[in-house]
Amino acid sequence: MTRHVVVIGAGPAGLGAATAAVRAGARVTLLDSADQAGGQYHRMPPDAYEARRPFRICESERCDWWPGAAVWALERRDSGPPRVHVVRGPDADGDGRRRCVLRADALVLAPGAHDRVLPFPGWELPGVVTAGAAQVLAKGERVAVGGRVLVAGTGPFLLPVAASLLDVGAHVLGVLEAGTAGALLRGWTRRPWELTGQAGKGAELAAYAARLARGRVPYRTGRGVVEARGDGRVEEVVTARLRGDWSVVPGSEQVLTVDALCVTHGFTPRLELPVAAGCALLDGFVAVDEDQATSVPGVYAAGEVTGIAGAPAARAEGVVAGWTAGGGTPGRLGATRRRRDEGRAFASRLAAAHPIGRRWAGWLRPDTIVCRCEETDYGTLRDAAASRLDARAVRLGTRAGLGPCQARICGPTLAELLDTNPHHRPIAWPIRLGELANPPAEPKEGT
Amino acid sequence: MPHKPPGVRITVDGTPVTGRPGQTIAAILIAAGRHSWRRGPSGSPRGVFCGIGVCFDCLVTVNGTRDVRACLRRADDGDAITTQPRTKGTP
Repeated sequence: MTRHVVVIGAGPAGLGAATAAVRAGARVTLLDSADQAGGQYHRMPPDAYEARRPFRICESERCDWWPGAAVWALERRDSGPPRVHVVRGPDADGDGRRRCVLRADALVLAPGAHDRVLPFPGWELPGVVTAGAAQVLAKGERVAVGGRVLVAGTGPFLLPVAASLLDVGAHVLGVLEAGTAGALLRGWTRRPWELTGQAGKGAELAAYAARLARGRVPYRTGRGVVEARGDGRVEEVVTARLRGDWSVVPGSEQVLTVDALCVTHGFTPRLELPVAAGCALLDGFVAVDEDQATSVPGVYAAGEVTGIAGAPAARAEGVVAGWTAGGGTPGRLGATRRRRDEGRAFASRLAAAHPIGRRWAGWLRPDTIVCRCEETDYGTLRDAAASRLDARAVRLGTRAGLGPCQARICGPTLAELLDTNPHHRPIAWPIRLGELANPPAEPKEGT
Repeated sequence: MPHKPPGVRITVDGTPVTGRPGQTIAAILIAAGRHSWRRGPSGSPRGVFCGIGVCFDCLVTVNGTRDVRACLRRADDGDAITTQPRTKGTP
């Protein structure tokens, strides 16, 4: 009987997995909560997407492509991969979404990552957005998040975001990389042989740097935003020189007038589904073997959930995962596996070049909001942590991490401050009670 | 004259706003110069933060359905958007 592989996430990793699983002879159901395939990396306006139909696998007879499909739970079973509980609908968060349950012979988890943003005073002001938000608005909607924009934080993602902002007509005042020039150089120039397979990625970054130079956008290292201010929205930001540990150099503060601030301090893997499936983690990512198999039989993981390594490595991981999940001959795909391994080396280099400084919490004041949903401030959390209650009691007492986003945004920060597991969520995504009450559809073979 | 594509007309708390076909509600609001439309528990204004459906800061009510993420929902012509306050016990 033909194997059925369910691939969750249609970014570079999921597309690679679906393509390889079909090539291995399997039937695939490919799901994404967005209405376009491609993930955040290939984001484009809907008219361009419709005109180009850029991903051939979505048109394949052996691949059912389910856009607008949110996986809200994975139900573990004694044998085989978990059942996949989905709500599908034409409109995001709309009425009339349908529940379905998918059973698969193998599951590939490729949910990707989202921006990690460290808190700072004023980060809840409207106009302060993640770098990813600015990128999506620019690339997917052709909208500039502001007219006078500063891009700040750490990591190579700052560059494409600033370039996209220029492309939609924003005045980009500068790109501030919190890491010091020394840390960047050490990270990027160490073990240069590892970069050979990543020349494409290097060229991509060089193109962004050239775009910023043409736009006369200054790129400064060892500097970050330590406060945003404004009445009802961001109006000015305070930047400061940062030491290697991200402590502020006193007296180095400058005030800039802006109408938008785009921030990222790296990426947080979206681990809720792997954790729900029972996958073991290693150093904050899903642990996988040579074939991208997780600790759960029949469950594979690919892309940013196994390490932040960028689109080419994610695609290579997806291909290996999909091939194995689809029952392809073991041991094949030597070139793809090499590309994947080079990508992983690239990831560890990135992490080394853009670490989060240990003393970042020095930016915080007692009234700085840490949990945006519940407006739990740093002082309250610090007092609760000092009271030596267990993490659960602290969360219930302060409500930190218990709001609508379920700690997706503040989770990594809370984990640092309170030593908790930020990724455990019994329900992966909110589902309406009416949808829960409706009996789910069980798709038949080939639907 | 250049070809002018048809617009998507929505209302936000009764005020008409026009966007381009396929745009999300959040993009239409930002392009119209509006950066906040929700409030945190203390009443502080909120708008788009993550832009990809993770943070739930941008929730709106669309044609009577509450808790729709404005950054994900593509606007349909005629959509009636109402802003929703955050009261205790609701998102």
